[in-house]
Amino acid sequence: MSNREEEKETAIVIDKLTKEFEDVVAVDELSIEVEKGELFGLLGPNGAGKTTIINVLCGLLEPTGGSASVGGYDVQKESQKVKELIGVCTQETAVYPYLTGRENVELFGNLHAMPKEKLKKNTDELLEKLGLAEDAERRVGKYSGGMRRRINLIMALVNDPEIAFLDEPTVAMDPQSRHAVWDFIIGLKNQGKTVILTTHYMEEAEQLCDRVGIIDHGKLIALGSPEQLKKKFGAKNLEEVFIGLTGRRIREGM
Amino acid sequence: MSFQRVSALTKKELKKLIRDPAITFLIILFPVLLTLVFGTSFGAIGGNQSTTYQIGLVNLDSGQYSQWAENLVGNLTSTEILLVTTYSSNETAQTDLVQGNVQAVIIIPYDFGESCVSFWNAPTDPRLWVNTTILLYSDSGSIFAAQAIPPIVQQVVAATIYGEQSKPLATPIQIGNPSMVKASKLTMFDHMAPGIFAYAAIFLTMTVAQAFTTDRETGLLRRIHTTPTKPAEIMMSHTISNMIIGLIQAVLVFAMAHLVGYRPSGDAFSFAMAFTIVSLFSLCNVGFGLITATIAKSSGAATGLSFVFIMPQMFLGTFVGFALSPTAQLAGRFVPSYYVTDALTSLFLRGAPVLSATVLLDLAVVSASSIATLLIGVILFGKYGKA
Repeated sequence: MSNREEEKETAIVIDKLTKEFEDVVAVDELSIEVEKGELFGLLGPNGAGKTTIINVLCGLLEPTGGSASVGGYDVQKESQKVKELIGVCTQETAVYPYLTGRENVELFGNLHAMPKEKLKKNTDELLEKLGLAEDAERRVGKYSGGMRRRINLIMALVNDPEIAFLDEPTVAMDPQSRHAVWDFIIGLKNQGKTVILTTHYMEEAEQLCDRVGIIDHGKLIALGSPEQLKKKFGAKNLEEVFIGLTGRRIREGM
Repeated sequence: MSFQRVSALTKKELKKLIRDPAITFLIILFPVLLTLVFGTSFGAIGGNQSTTYQIGLVNLDSGQYSQWAENLVGNLTSTEILLVTTYSSNETAQTDLVQGNVQAVIIIPYDFGESCVSFWNAPTDPRLWVNTTILLYSDSGSIFAAQAIPPIVQQVVAATIYGEQSKPLATPIQIGNPSMVKASKLTMFDHMAPGIFAYAAIFLTMTVAQAFTTDRETGLLRRIHTTPTKPAEIMMSHTISNMIIGLIQAVLVFAMAHLVGYRPSGDAFSFAMAFTIVSLFSLCNVGFGLITATIAKSSGAATGLSFVFIMPQMFLGTFVGFALSPTAQLAGRFVPSYYVTDALTSLFLRGAPVLSATVLLDLAVVSASSIATLLIGVILFGKYGKA
């Protein structure tokens, strides 16, 4: 097996990654490896550096130091290849309000240069799975907050990506929508997709993730499966682990 | 560059034109309403007179009595109202008239002096006079010149021939029939219409700036950058969509102008050239929009800042321009919209051919300034505006 094939078994490699913004170190010599097909949770308080890590992995930010590869491609040198492999559900609901739900999804499918038939098939399937099929022809500006979050997620996954970055996909969703999205994320894992999930809901991470990495002040302070971490820190649940490691002081996001 | 991506982004921008009420009003309804209001308000009236007129003079009289013609030239030159440029041939004078360099051309006939002498030799016997005609051509692109110049010339000619005496009822010298001057049929709106075409496109600066800043604020620009879409594809889609929008604006403004009675001269090629120039000009406004979006921190700030580019273009380069002071008119030469208005005025009012020097020069200036502005906008936004 060549080095290249070996690398592909590891979906994401982050090696001593550092990202500085002027005098703030957002990510500090962070190293993580995510296996192919793994559902990996990136947890941390506001401003811990989670979104910065995702932005570097998506090729939106250049790291100050260290390196990272996604799907075997260097995020700096081969960012175009990386972008062909990934789907990104951004933290903010970034949708065009004057387009319909279907048009928003198809736009992003076209940006991934998907064949027309496959795009239609994927769009129909995803709209159906996330309960938006009936509202697909309505303009997104008329959608409720939860519906916007769901269309936001569909837009990220319409290209059937090998690796999905889901940045707080269930924030501000009602329990029904959240459970629908959880089922959907589990479905992605069952299809063999690699998923990086950031969330503030510890219950969500505990239920969905194979492994979680807890980040604070840009550093990795804990890594393992939810069960391993609970056992290691003698906690009843992941939230106790999280609070125990990051403290009770309220943080402001960056 | 992927056609699929560019096409998808272009369609998205065009849908916004129809579906976003603010954009629809600013880009489509506002210019159409403006045309309707100006067309109905100014479609039947003249306007203020300018204080000086640039005229061309061709003296064909080199005969035995040419002193009379020289006196006429001297008298025309000495008026404070007429700024006289002398030409050696009718052809060169006509070329300058068509290109708008002079507002009227006077042709003194070869037998002008002979006619004057014949009059003074037999003032009461018209049978012995040598009859002749002074030809007068006026710029149909300048309603004020067309109305004011013929009577002034008439006065000067009368003073030259008859001196301080009262002009007799019959004379051997006529001034060319003023009905040949097309401008006498034109209205104020005919003069404004070319500027309105340019005026409509100027507001693309604001909508482009808003589009980029809104996409940046809402995270859509960042989101698009997580796909394989290249920055050049985004810029190309905005370029194409705004050229189409510019063309749609021009067609709608023209249709509305036609509805209120605007009937410009020019053939199909003139219209094709006019629409080409307006479309090219829309690129210039995409560039200004990108520069605005680079500087502005928010879409609200972009709206305000865009007026830095909109106001000079509006006041110095469109229909507002011809009512300004000479200094302001000179300043207009430094804004691209001036050349759009000038080209359309040459095509539609002066009847200049599509390939005339003036139109081609205007086309060259609009093309060069649009490409330069667009490139500056793309480079600046790419470097400083994406974050």
